[in-house]
Amino acid sequence: MLKKICISLGLAALFSVFMLDPALADQPVDWGITMQDAASPSAERIHSFHNGLLYVIFGTGLFVMALLIWVMIRFNKRANPTPSTVTHNVLLEIIWTVFPVVILIVIAVPSFNLLYYVDRTENAEMTLKVTGYQWYWGYDYPDHGDINFQAYIVPESEINAEAGQVRLLSTDNPVVLPIDTNIQIDIAAADVLHAWAVPALGVKMDAVPGRLNSTWFRINKPGTYFGQCSELCGKDHAYMPIEIKAVPKDEFAQWVIAQGGTMPVIEDHADESAALTDETSTTMTTKEETVPDTSQDAGEQPEKTSAASEEHPEGVE
Amino acid sequence: MNAAATTHDDGSHHDDHHDHKPGFFVRWFMSTNHKDIGTLYIIFSIIAGLVGGAFSMMMRLELQEPGVQFLTDAAGNPDGHMWNVIVTAHGLIMVFFVVMPGLIGGFGNWFLPLMIGAPDMAFPRLNNISFWLLVPAFFLLLGSAFVGGGVGTGWTIYPPLSSALGHPDMGVDMAIFALHLAGASSILGAANFITTIFNMRAPGMTLHKMPLFVWSMLVTAFLLVLAVPVLGGAITMLLTDRNFGTAFFNPEGGGDPILYQHLFWFIGHPEVYIMILPAFGIVSHIVSTFSQKPIFGYLGMAYAMVAIGFVGFVVWAHHMYTVGLDVNTRAYFTAATLIIAVPTGIKIFSWIATMWGGSISFKTPMLFAIGFIFLFTVGGVTGVVLANAGMDVALHDTYYVVAHFHYVLSLGAVFALFAGYYYWAGKMFGKMYPEWMGQLHFWTTFIGVNILFFPQHFLGLQGMPRRYIDYPDAFADWNQISSYGGYLAGMSTLWFIFVALYTQFFGKKAVGNYWNVQPQSMTLEWTLPSPPPFHQFEIQPKMK
Repeated sequence: MLKKICISLGLAALFSVFMLDPALADQPVDWGITMQDAASPSAERIHSFHNGLLYVIFGTGLFVMALLIWVMIRFNKRANPTPSTVTHNVLLEIIWTVFPVVILIVIAVPSFNLLYYVDRTENAEMTLKVTGYQWYWGYDYPDHGDINFQAYIVPESEINAEAGQVRLLSTDNPVVLPIDTNIQIDIAAADVLHAWAVPALGVKMDAVPGRLNSTWFRINKPGTYFGQCSELCGKDHAYMPIEIKAVPKDEFAQWVIAQGGTMPVIEDHADESAALTDETSTTMTTKEETVPDTSQDAGEQPEKTSAASEEHPEGVE
Repeated sequence: MNAAATTHDDGSHHDDHHDHKPGFFVRWFMSTNHKDIGTLYIIFSIIAGLVGGAFSMMMRLELQEPGVQFLTDAAGNPDGHMWNVIVTAHGLIMVFFVVMPGLIGGFGNWFLPLMIGAPDMAFPRLNNISFWLLVPAFFLLLGSAFVGGGVGTGWTIYPPLSSALGHPDMGVDMAIFALHLAGASSILGAANFITTIFNMRAPGMTLHKMPLFVWSMLVTAFLLVLAVPVLGGAITMLLTDRNFGTAFFNPEGGGDPILYQHLFWFIGHPEVYIMILPAFGIVSHIVSTFSQKPIFGYLGMAYAMVAIGFVGFVVWAHHMYTVGLDVNTRAYFTAATLIIAVPTGIKIFSWIATMWGGSISFKTPMLFAIGFIFLFTVGGVTGVVLANAGMDVALHDTYYVVAHFHYVLSLGAVFALFAGYYYWAGKMFGKMYPEWMGQLHFWTTFIGVNILFFPQHFLGLQGMPRRYIDYPDAFADWNQISSYGGYLAGMSTLWFIFVALYTQFFGKKAVGNYWNVQPQSMTLEWTLPSPPPFHQFEIQPKMK
């Protein structure tokens, strides 16, 4: 009985530590021990799944620890001078085989739901094309009249902390995106592997040369979100951050116009936005072929382009 | 084959009945004796461990504070490439030149023949070349650091960073050759173990009576034989991509970098079990000996290892959840990966059940074994978290993964290395370590590595990516704590070196069965004197 109380007290203490919701933070914080605050439905679901898993893994870990402590106290040489000779207990062995299976099934069901949810959206309202380079990111807005730019890290000496810039996380060209919009992210790489990751938005996708990967998110609230390259890409791997500035839709429209882009005409109709997605994909295909031309050295260009375009149907699907 | 046949074939051994050993050079450089080769492997593993450990100290030193203090180039700018070289060297050395040679080459060579009652390995000369391939492999790998700035690809050597595009110099080619040699060494060694186990067991020792360490070596050897050739293939394809104009992994020629990742992880994942299965075997014996009880659920333990080995081959793509695999593929790999928790759970619970009702004495090897069980559980449950492809979006390539695999390897496999050393040092070298020295080593290691790796879970959850020379200032606190833990673990490793040397020169003489191993946990090595004669079992032992 005492043991049970101890265990439940310990559990409660640990959970309170781990589930504390610190001050709202869409970026890493000092002494942080939780995930960054969720700013997208994907991230929210990842968090809730992880919170459930924490019970399972803490339960398992503490159960094993309690058993170990118990046998060390109860069955040490002094407490138990004569060892037993038991070597089998079929029922016990069946239980500790079947019980984990049950727990794993309980984990697997929400896990699959989460996986299929974060994978992609059926109704993308716009597309952002991301290209990884050594060592910066290129961004294209194919639905908004060809806006494109590159984002480099802001060097340490130029960081303006008062303006909210963060060392190693801020870029010279934040990606401006609208909130409450299903955004499809198409990701490719021009040289080596990179990975485009924004923890608060629940997105991480490798940028692979010759492939077009896609994922999606929907930003819940305006703000600045940071991410970092998450696949080793050479000497400046730590120096190609991602900065997203999420703004209300009208502000986004203004930004698009200011950048010399155009807002797409069709909006707010489910059927049509589905059609738009297809159209987007087609646009993407033709666009992608032009991307390497502008940035890569000439030698192997034709091969690369054809290889890349062959990949597209599968990647965009 | 028996002892008499071996010795009479070998002209250098004139009179084995008086245990005459060959001269120094012949004994250590042309060795065909499994015990001497095992000792060579252990010495090699310790030296490589110090080199790999020195790299980790460099990393923790650099990461102790935000900003780049140490790894700067001549102009004072951060040298990210040098950082990558250190990360790569640390990984490759620890995997291929510390854990594998220590657990498989060292303890496997020493105790597999002893435990099955064999006079030596089936192919003693093959055994010799297995070891001596490893030495040039290690030098090639170390040498690659001085060619074109070194290999900064990570231990996974993913193209295109590792292809001519990312590493135009010959360093990567040297590293590939290093892995070729290390791989050949592993394959030959594994073939030797399999043959030995299948053909040279003492009469009466059926497969189901084999000690669990031998079972673990059998499964490990099969994993090696099936997996390592794939690594050889993958890195050879990379070599020809780099040098002979092929395009296996080059999208410009119709290849695919993801193909390399599939091939790599097809060996990379079994590799993880290759490192941990021998640890399972060692821990089983230690738990049984110091609890004075036979292993609980012996058959379940043996077949759990077989199951882990089998499932280990069909889960590789859980290392690749973010590369753009089809969602159904990821669902499959999630399910398959979760299944591994079942046989692993059987092992954990069986160890505890072995202790249950026992009469436990807490000597150093037992402390390391209990530490292993608990820390492996911690690493195991974070593995369950990472197994979920949806969840992995948040954690992939973060410090959470670093914490996870160091809990199962650095605190798992390395704990088993230490446990095995303290358990068997008296048997191998005939000298007992002073108990307090071993216990001090255990506690400093246990505390150090936990301070080192536990905070890395937090860093990972907060989103700190792996393989970063510098990090945003918010990550500073836990990194500092982690570094302090690293220094403690580093110092305790130096203490271990001192203990090992002290034992070698000043240790008390060990008797044959110095742990007083009871009949119910008895394995054949305890029937021999410490150290065993140069050629053992001249009268073949028989099992009931």
